[in-house]
Amino acid sequence: MANTMARSFLQAVSSEDVAPPLRVVQMEGLAILKIIKHCKDFSPALVTGQLLGLDVGSVLEVTNCFPFPIREEDEEIEADGANYQLEMMRCLREVNVDNNTVGWYQSTLLGSFQTVELIETFMNYQENIRRCVCIVYDPSRSNQGVLALKALKLTDSFMNLYRNNNFTGEKLREKKLSWVDVFEEIPIKVSNSALISAFMTELEPDSPVTQCDYDRLKLSTAPYMERNLEFLIECMEDLNSEQNKFQYYYRNLSRQQAQQQAWLQKRRTENMARKAAGEEPLPEEDPSNPIFKPIPEPSRLDSYLITNQIANYCNQINGVAGQSFNKLYLMKALHDN
Amino acid sequence: MAASKQTVLQFFPSTTSLSARVHPVVLFNICDCYVRRPDQADRVIGTLLGSVSPDGTVEIKNSYAVPHNESADQVALDIDYHHNMFMSHQKVNPKEVIVGWYSTGFGVSGGSTLIHEFYSREVSNPVHLTVDTGFQNGEASIKAYVSVNLSLGDRQLAAQFQEIPLDMRMIEAERVGFDILKMAMVDKLPNDLEGMEASMERLLALIDDVYKYVDDVVEGRVTPDNNIGRFIADTLSSVPKLSPAAFDKLFNDRIQDNLALVYLSSLTRTQLSVAEKLNTAAQIL
Repeated sequence: MANTMARSFLQAVSSEDVAPPLRVVQMEGLAILKIIKHCKDFSPALVTGQLLGLDVGSVLEVTNCFPFPIREEDEEIEADGANYQLEMMRCLREVNVDNNTVGWYQSTLLGSFQTVELIETFMNYQENIRRCVCIVYDPSRSNQGVLALKALKLTDSFMNLYRNNNFTGEKLREKKLSWVDVFEEIPIKVSNSALISAFMTELEPDSPVTQCDYDRLKLSTAPYMERNLEFLIECMEDLNSEQNKFQYYYRNLSRQQAQQQAWLQKRRTENMARKAAGEEPLPEEDPSNPIFKPIPEPSRLDSYLITNQIANYCNQINGVAGQSFNKLYLMKALHDN
Repeated sequence: MAASKQTVLQFFPSTTSLSARVHPVVLFNICDCYVRRPDQADRVIGTLLGSVSPDGTVEIKNSYAVPHNESADQVALDIDYHHNMFMSHQKVNPKEVIVGWYSTGFGVSGGSTLIHEFYSREVSNPVHLTVDTGFQNGEASIKAYVSVNLSLGDRQLAAQFQEIPLDMRMIEAERVGFDILKMAMVDKLPNDLEGMEASMERLLALIDDVYKYVDDVVEGRVTPDNNIGRFIADTLSSVPKLSPAAFDKLFNDRIQDNLALVYLSSLTRTQLSVAEKLNTAAQIL
């Protein structure tokens, strides 16, 4: 009895504080409105900002946010940016806002946000904060009447792999990591304080139709679809070039191996001759020979990201096409009457 | 209950052509600051940012709270904080300037004049917004005031807070969806098809209402209103008149386009899974 208790105590002391997996991101209406305002004001430029909130169990609460100024590529402005952030955090703390960084938000254009910069930013944040999330808002899609807000996180397996900077085919097959496993989307919940929901209920305008409905029932979706398709085509070209890179690599690899085999054969016959003549056999390996230099395998990270983007575009096209079907049939019914 | 007397002002027809427009972000911000105020403070005071359009409408786009100390006869505002926050906000959005200040609570108190004077040094003719978070009269009241100088002949007598019309249309909030912003907890953001369904249901309800109204008028149950009748006639005639053949062709073309797009995207996805298999395939030496 004492043994099991001692063991369990030891276990409790030595076991790490494993955080429960992040299940849902809870945002306040205030944060959502601020993000929308900031992204819309500067669209089509892409902007970013910081998220503030609390990390509670399996819920990440986002209670406030502040925007980042548009940064020019200048060394002096770097320090300025850090100063701005500290200044904002300090000021917000004085008015009792949670000034815990829980992530950042960024705006995107038609969902093309899967870039290497995103991953790098994630890794940077992850070093300091245990749990962080990236909120992506798409103002162009919101013109279609959908609130295009997404909460993203890198999966743990991907992060481990990225830290070791190891993206060869072997490793990926080992971990069974495919392109769907790079990003993980977390559902968003919205919460509002009682005061603001009281205000909203009072002040809601009386019209039964809102701007949202007007946006949704618009029949002209062609420009949006066109841009989506344009981006999709560009991405396919990128994917094609990535695949060509791989083909090139494989071809080089097999050619190099053929060369190695040939060289090895030659060495062996030489050695046979030498043995017959009674001399020392030459070594069967020669590291200084350039045909033995290992060719670096191109990283698959880019192709994963591109694949993710393409999947995203396809999803968007599907969504909008579905909506268009509905609208067209509605129009037909209206016309028949 | 504040110790100082609070006066409720009458709405005289304004002598200036000023009017104000408030974005919903500001309201949310104010309420959030109020909920987070320190325990000894009775109300929250802060700065309003925005822009002034050439026709005299003040658009209030953003706001931030400023810590302050208030006692019976004096008010102290943290001016440094106010300037720091303003600088920070300017870095992000240089076009937003100070347009006034806000305070929570019903009516205007004595201390407000001092604060208003301070703000009129920052910007000419600041707008004072009061947000009644206490729901004094059992309803939400948000009012905007400007300071108007009362003069008798040439002599300046006093300044008076005069209410100006406030436009609270919330187009952005409507876009997000009132259901999301109204309830204390929303479990899931609606995706495109669900939203579409909701909009269509609303449209259907509206059409039903109009139908019922027209029926009632025809049956004589409701007195006809010519304006509404004309409006309905206008709406119906705005449906474009196309011959059935032309309409069918248009319709079929669009449907075919959409189907082609869906086909393309499914094809692309299949291609992606094939490509992935190829990319990570084991190399056979």
